[in-house]
Amino acid sequence: MTQSTEKNLLDVRDLHVAYGKVEALTGIDLTLKEGKLVTVIGPNGAGKTTLLSAIMGILPSKGTIHFNGKDFISPNVETLVGHGLGLVPEKRELFATMSVQDNLLLGAFQRYRRGDKSYDQTLGEIYKLFPRLEERRQQQAGTLSGGERQMLAIGRAMMSKPKLLMLDEPSLGLAPLITREIFRIFADLRSQGVSILLVEQNARAALKVADYAYVLEGGQVAMQGPAAELANDPKVIEAYLGLASKHQELLSS
Amino acid sequence: MNIQIATLLGQDGLTNGAIYALLALSILLVFTVTRILLIPLGEFVTFGALTMAAMQMGKAPNIEWLLLGLVLIDCALDLYQYLKHRAEPKKLKVIALKLSYVVIMIGLLNQLPLSEIPMALQVVLTLCLIVPIGPIMYRLFFQPLAEAPALVLLIVSIALHVAMVGIGLLLFGPEGARTEPFSDSNFRLGSVMLKSQTLWVILVSIFLIVTLFIAFERTLYGKALRATAVNRMGARLQGISPVFAGKATFALAAFIGSASGILIAPITTLYYDSGFIISLKGFVGAIIGGLVSYPIAAIGAVAVGMIEAFSMFWASNYKEIIVFTLIIPFLIWRSMNSHSVEDEE
Repeated sequence: MTQSTEKNLLDVRDLHVAYGKVEALTGIDLTLKEGKLVTVIGPNGAGKTTLLSAIMGILPSKGTIHFNGKDFISPNVETLVGHGLGLVPEKRELFATMSVQDNLLLGAFQRYRRGDKSYDQTLGEIYKLFPRLEERRQQQAGTLSGGERQMLAIGRAMMSKPKLLMLDEPSLGLAPLITREIFRIFADLRSQGVSILLVEQNARAALKVADYAYVLEGGQVAMQGPAAELANDPKVIEAYLGLASKHQELLSS
Repeated sequence: MNIQIATLLGQDGLTNGAIYALLALSILLVFTVTRILLIPLGEFVTFGALTMAAMQMGKAPNIEWLLLGLVLIDCALDLYQYLKHRAEPKKLKVIALKLSYVVIMIGLLNQLPLSEIPMALQVVLTLCLIVPIGPIMYRLFFQPLAEAPALVLLIVSIALHVAMVGIGLLLFGPEGARTEPFSDSNFRLGSVMLKSQTLWVILVSIFLIVTLFIAFERTLYGKALRATAVNRMGARLQGISPVFAGKATFALAAFIGSASGILIAPITTLYYDSGFIISLKGFVGAIIGGLVSYPIAAIGAVAVGMIEAFSMFWASNYKEIIVFTLIIPFLIWRSMNSHSVEDEE
């Protein structure tokens, strides 16, 4: 384990993204070591979703993205998926008129294409992780509840056995109890050795599960450090956690 | 009208209907996956029929030069991208494969005694010539515009149709052609003579429709194409590239189009420009299905074939008008039933 923690799985250097003339991200540096859970927190409009979209290749960007031993400059989505990057987007982007099982199977499309037939086994593992999905496997994805959809989106991304799983606001619009369940799953995944990059508004819960954290503000990294330290940093507490958000701590317990 | 005429017309209607159903399905398939209304589908029908006819006359069909030209442009673009992006050396292998495929095809066409080889082989050669044109067309004309609004795609599609009709005239000449039927036997059903080609058309169409259905419901590649139609971004995030989906659907459309052409060539005389009206009737079927429902589109297309056949008997002059007027009540019905459809962007 000590050996694998040395390796940088994702290394983003000087990343710039612009929407027309407006720069949304100005020179982001971000590192994620293998097997770690890194979280990016920050206020609305700080560029968190933009950051994930740029790393995934959905948005054109300037700067280098070093992933799993290779350099990519403004790559395209399919290439990165092929190299083991997975994204659960904020909008989830499920195949609404297809069954839950088909949604999951399509997550393994790249593996299937490469001739890797072991995806049935992964499907079993995911059903074990989310028994609700197995119960509803013949149901259309569009008929699921919000929490189930989020589970399906995570499960689908995991079907490709990504080396790095990126999650954009997984708790958005979910009831506290379900959020708690989802965060428990992140902790599980991490202990299984899956590297995770988590973007969250739910700062306290995110800092609780993460190893390392970045605070994004106005398209720049305002602060960074081990998650436990940031959670106790007076500036972070004042700006993002506050006393009023004490309840968030319960979500991750 | 007596029962004999009715069965004859029914037989005609069913044959044409089966072809329209195939075309309706491919129009629907291409539209849902790529948002392109494939107007040039009819040209694949005529190209298929006329290539087959040329072979049966013992001439190497000129379409080989179209294929050669398109592949050369395609490879030149590949090479340019390879040099620009320093892509994997795999790309070079693909270019070499494409070029050798064309060279082998041209070699075969000029060496084989085309009119004497078994008909099955002629069919295979025809398909091998025309199907690759589909994906290359997607790559050259639609891939750069993949994100464009549907209207732009439609305009390009119409332009491509006009260009292909012209190319058809250039390659095949203005004469119409008819091919030999797959088998000569006729058989009786009660008091009516059935042409065996009719049976071929219906059986092959049913076979293709069932195969397509199984492919889309059961295989992961089929599901991947459906997924692209449902949610493009979602599909990209699973590594299903829209380019792959576009090329695959265009290949399928080219296959279905040229296969339809080969099937009906022994029944009707086809000219370089007859494709449009045939695919338009498939399009009426697709519209009846609201450009979403495959089964309704297929049933609608068969109905179009039937109505066409019977109106030929009662009001032969108004045949086309009757068929195309059919679209209006359906459009009205559709627009009354669909709740404000949101714009895609």
